[in-house]
Amino acid sequence: MILTKAQYDEIAQCLVSVPPTRQSLRKLKQRFPSQSQATLLSIFSQEYQKHIKRTHAKHHTSEAIESYYQRYLNGVVKNGAAPVLLDLANEVDYAPSLMARLILERFLQEHEETPPSKSIINSMLRDPSQIPDGVLANQVYQCIVNDCCYGPLVDCIKHAIGHEHEVLLRDLLLEKNLSFLDEDQLRAKGYDKTPDFILQVPVAVEGHIIHWIESKASFGDECSHHAYLHDQFWSYWNRDGISQCSSGWCGTPGLSDSSASATQSAGITGARKHFLPGIFMKCVCK
Amino acid sequence: MAAVLESLLREEVSVAAVVRWIARSTQGSEDNAGEAAALSSLRALRKEFVPFLLNFLREQSSRVLPQGPPTPAKTPGASAALPGRPGGPPRGSRGARSQLFPPTEAQSTAAEAPLARRGGRRRGPGPARERGGRGLEEGVSGESLPGAGGRRLRGSGSPSRPSLTLSDPPNLSNLEEFPPVGSVPPGPTGTKPSRRINPTPVSEERSLSKPKTCFTSPPISCVPSSQPSALDTSPWGLGLPPGCRSLQEEREMLRKERSKQLQQSPTPTCPTPELGSPLPSRTGSLTDEPADPARVSSRQRLELVALVYSSCIAENLVPNLFLELFFVFQLLTARRMVTAKDSDPELSPAVLDSLESPLFQSIHDCVFFAVQVLECHFQAMMGQLSAACSHSHFVRLFQKQLLQMCQSPGGAGGTVLGEAPDVLSMLGADKLGRLWRLQERLMAPQSSGGPCPPPTFPGCQGFFRDFILSASSFQFNQHLMDSLSLKIQELNGLALPQHEPNDEDGESDVDWQGERKQFAVVLLSLRLLAKFLGFVAFLPYRGPEPPPTGELQDSILALRSQVPPVLDVRTLLQRGLQARRAVLTVPWLVEFLSFADHVVPLLEYYRDIFTLLLRLHRSLVLSQESEGKMCFLNKLLLLAVLGWLFQIPTVPEDLFFLEEGPSYAFEVDTVAPEHGLDNAPVVDQQLLYTCCPYIGELRKLLASWVSGSSGRSGGFMRKITPTTTTSLGAQPSQTSQGLQAQLAQAFFHNQPPSLRRTVEFVAERIGSNCVKHIKATLVADLVRQAESLLQEQLVTQGEEGGDPAQLLEILCSQLCPHGAQALALGREFCQRKSPGAVRALLPEETPAAVLSSAENIAVGLATEKACAWLSANITALIRREVKAAVSRTLRAQGPEPAARGERRGCSRACEHHAPLPSHLISEIKDVLSLAVGPRDPDEGVSPEHLEQLLGQLGQTLRCRQFLCPPAEQHLAKCSVELASLLVADQIPILGPPAQYRLERGQARRLLHMLLSLWKEDFQGPVPLQLLLSPRNVGLLADTRPREWDLLLFLLRELVEKGLMGRMEIEACLGSLHQAQWPGDFAEELATLSNLFLAEPHLPEPQLRACELVQPNRGTVLAQS
Repeated sequence: MILTKAQYDEIAQCLVSVPPTRQSLRKLKQRFPSQSQATLLSIFSQEYQKHIKRTHAKHHTSEAIESYYQRYLNGVVKNGAAPVLLDLANEVDYAPSLMARLILERFLQEHEETPPSKSIINSMLRDPSQIPDGVLANQVYQCIVNDCCYGPLVDCIKHAIGHEHEVLLRDLLLEKNLSFLDEDQLRAKGYDKTPDFILQVPVAVEGHIIHWIESKASFGDECSHHAYLHDQFWSYWNRDGISQCSSGWCGTPGLSDSSASATQSAGITGARKHFLPGIFMKCVCK
Repeated sequence: MAAVLESLLREEVSVAAVVRWIARSTQGSEDNAGEAAALSSLRALRKEFVPFLLNFLREQSSRVLPQGPPTPAKTPGASAALPGRPGGPPRGSRGARSQLFPPTEAQSTAAEAPLARRGGRRRGPGPARERGGRGLEEGVSGESLPGAGGRRLRGSGSPSRPSLTLSDPPNLSNLEEFPPVGSVPPGPTGTKPSRRINPTPVSEERSLSKPKTCFTSPPISCVPSSQPSALDTSPWGLGLPPGCRSLQEEREMLRKERSKQLQQSPTPTCPTPELGSPLPSRTGSLTDEPADPARVSSRQRLELVALVYSSCIAENLVPNLFLELFFVFQLLTARRMVTAKDSDPELSPAVLDSLESPLFQSIHDCVFFAVQVLECHFQAMMGQLSAACSHSHFVRLFQKQLLQMCQSPGGAGGTVLGEAPDVLSMLGADKLGRLWRLQERLMAPQSSGGPCPPPTFPGCQGFFRDFILSASSFQFNQHLMDSLSLKIQELNGLALPQHEPNDEDGESDVDWQGERKQFAVVLLSLRLLAKFLGFVAFLPYRGPEPPPTGELQDSILALRSQVPPVLDVRTLLQRGLQARRAVLTVPWLVEFLSFADHVVPLLEYYRDIFTLLLRLHRSLVLSQESEGKMCFLNKLLLLAVLGWLFQIPTVPEDLFFLEEGPSYAFEVDTVAPEHGLDNAPVVDQQLLYTCCPYIGELRKLLASWVSGSSGRSGGFMRKITPTTTTSLGAQPSQTSQGLQAQLAQAFFHNQPPSLRRTVEFVAERIGSNCVKHIKATLVADLVRQAESLLQEQLVTQGEEGGDPAQLLEILCSQLCPHGAQALALGREFCQRKSPGAVRALLPEETPAAVLSSAENIAVGLATEKACAWLSANITALIRREVKAAVSRTLRAQGPEPAARGERRGCSRACEHHAPLPSHLISEIKDVLSLAVGPRDPDEGVSPEHLEQLLGQLGQTLRCRQFLCPPAEQHLAKCSVELASLLVADQIPILGPPAQYRLERGQARRLLHMLLSLWKEDFQGPVPLQLLLSPRNVGLLADTRPREWDLLLFLLRELVEKGLMGRMEIEACLGSLHQAQWPGDFAEELATLSNLFLAEPHLPEPQLRACELVQPNRGTVLAQS
């Protein structure tokens, strides 16, 4: 299914200052019943990440952290079972998982002799049972399961989607008898950053020569890394709209029920040499 | 036309009258009546006279100038344009003469005329000579004669003219019809040798390809296209005769022709002719015969023609002045003469004075004529330039021409900037370039005059020197000096790129190429201009006599010191030194000073200059290289040119030795810029050798010493290395390998270059492929061995494995020796692959012996390349690959032994239609978030949905297509969380109204499903201990009334299914007691523990007792 630029904009319009929660997503779904939850979630995630990028810094001032921590402490003293942390995050318009991390860091700073390492924090966020404070553990867990844009579970979902679409793409390539090198083979050849697939023989799609294919199926992935790919991708995305390309790839049965679009990029300036013009695929499956 | 010339020769009319006749349409009053009468009848021919004369001279000279660049002739285009030409006006008073010059030939057919003219323009002498000479040769009147027919006659060398018939088709593929270059045509009277290069006829198979020059060159294009010919079928009207010969035959013919040439052409031995007038000393041109004025055959006739000719030039009646000068110089430098007299029995002495006898009968005639022209002409020409402005215009032209000609390749003594000659590069074959260089080397004088040659005017410069000398025009010289001075100042002040010291690091030598080239152009121009300025400026004072001494000298000095210098070189030098531009200023100044007369160094003004130069010379110590100092090659150039200057005879020796010594240190102005041109690497070796060719003497000396000859015993040896016979016997100790290489070189020498390229290409690719192949086979095998060895190692050494570095060492010591096989395998690969590739790439017609040699060489080269790489790198390669494999394997082991368990793929029948893992994680996450809250009152899940979800999870876990380990891990964790929520009855259920809690039976069913998934479908570890984490057990604390039966059920089932050990559970329960619970909850928990422990258990009774005493959490977890 193809989403037009106008539709995208309309959805994005509804997502201004909306907390990334299950409830918000449900409302969105009621508003746009024709769109799949996956599509809406994907757009939600994209838009919310843009929002967080803009506002991230103000939540990380020492004053802000201190104020959040005090409010958390006051809250749990009153009622430890209440969703103190989640409410706080929604109130200050910050992602619950990120708020949980902030408070956890602050908590560990107070209770441990040495400042907590990032890996310990990550590990505790993945498994809140490791958090020494039971109340905080519950609060953190609540934030994580209620956050639909950030957190270890969301990261895992993104990763899984990426992997799934790589598999889909590989199947399609095999089906079309296109010879390719995948990421592992490329790494073995010494490439550091690689697209998902490099076609050993370029193909022409809608008049464009395609040398490589990068599946950008996982929502928000481009925001965290692949910065240059991101810029290029979005510049095309925004200019040409999501409907710009529904190439042969996306029209195949494997992806027929997905909102899929592929945007073509005509070469990436500043990227490495081997990044000849290729294709980005944006596929979100139900 | 000839009539006019005849009249002239018979002195019926004066030269002046003829020139006036040509130049002006009306006759002047000064003409006498007789002349007027003689000429008036020829009025209609006036326009044709000059072309005729020029062509006549070209024609006459053709025997003298069989080689060298052709001087384009004048086709009588004007006559072609005249109306009523075919009918023909009366041609002079003597009818017989009219037959001698049948100009109608060109217009014989309308189709021929443009063709001939085109050809004439392109190739010059061809058609014109054809027309001019036809009468002399054939005496055929009125009839148009096919050019090719005449050609056949000449080419065949047969004196039997009658054998020629018009119907004779031109046999273009017959080499006999193309007289070879330089051969003496044995034919009769004045047959013209062609100046063409021998065309090589090609066989029919090439006739369809691009037009070949040999078929379109002018002599052939004289073939009238209108001529009826059975062969005239090709688009060029030049059909090939049937039965074209094979290339082999053609080669055979070429060989014959060459041997004929060798027999006929005389060997050049004689020195340069010396004549009273200055002759251009064209370096490298060897003359056969010295010109002797006493041996000039018909002096008067030559003088007359020369006079007419130079008058025509003087009156600007010739279209291109320099072309005529070029022609005159060709005559002047002619080498040898085709002696026509002896071979022409029909010519009687009686006609010697008429036009029927050749104008130039000997080399002496040519030189005499040229000298006549030069002497009377240049002076006259300068006389014409009466107005000062025309002098300055001419000087500008002169200067431009000087720069253009002397800086072009072959001009100022060879290539100036290493550019290939245009003509040859246009021909496109790279071999020609090599031939050209070889010719240059052979033509170059053996020695440039020792290590310190006197200043000379090599190449084209000689012409300009002679021009100045011959013109001997004071006005011209003055204008020339003015112009040269101006140009020198302009170029000397040119802003050239400065060296930027800041970005020295990133700057490679390559980046300076453009600047160097620019500098070289400017410097060479400056040197040329300064040389001529010096030549002209000091010309009046120069003489062969030794410098005057005593009083005479004093008076001369006093006089000369009053004369202002032509250019204020002293100031320019001082400024140059200050601005650190000595590398630009000094070389041209040296050129200028090299022409100074004996008095100059004694003059105060120039003495200052010499002093400055001497100090500079002393300061240029090559070994002192430091920051901010002059670059090495810049220094070397200055030292070379200064050294050369100090050795010039006119520079007194005492100047150098008597001058103040090094104590008089050379001072550089302190305000000098930090980085001038001197500090920039503007001079490269090529420029150095161009400016100072005498440096090459060193190399020649060394080369001659190496080759065993010496300068005294017959000159320096030229280094021409024979490729096949070198040192075959000289070095008996030579290895067979070296001999093989030499044989290969010799083999390639005799083959087309494409063969060599092909063989080298094949060797290069096969060698490279060989390495890749070894990597993919042998090395990959070794890596697999390493992996299995590592597994064994890990099994025998237990879980801890051992130090990875140590493991690697053990593996490498076992595997690296196998690398030795690589060489044998590589050899085998190259042997197998190369011949096929060579065969595929070479023409099928390649002879078997050549093919087999090429294959063998390709195999050898490829093997050499591959083995060289392999023997140097194979061990390192194996090591690197094994290291990567080891780290990969160790990483894959992971910290958890369970991860090592065998992973199953999808079943064979799986169609991969299971729900995607991401979808399931998302769904379960939704349930978890609902359970954890906060939630709206109407939110919840149906039991069916939960059941469906777990069913889907099962499907997903069984289809491994899309499942990646992290997703599986999260699914496992989520499923455990879900189980905990089920046990604690925390999942909000949507269902029939009021039924807000899951039924026991439903809950158990769901837990059963989960147990089954954990047992059967999860392939990765499931963190079941989380079920008993304080947080998850704590969920029960919130429920009222607390119901422990589901937890007890789950624990029992876990043990039952072998998912968790009893002691593990006991340990977890034990640790739960340590947490802080509400009082009643702790009590209930203790009861649960007791209940669980009280149950009968089968395995490991003795262990359990032990662990109950020491409930060590760490050990228990480790076992899980």
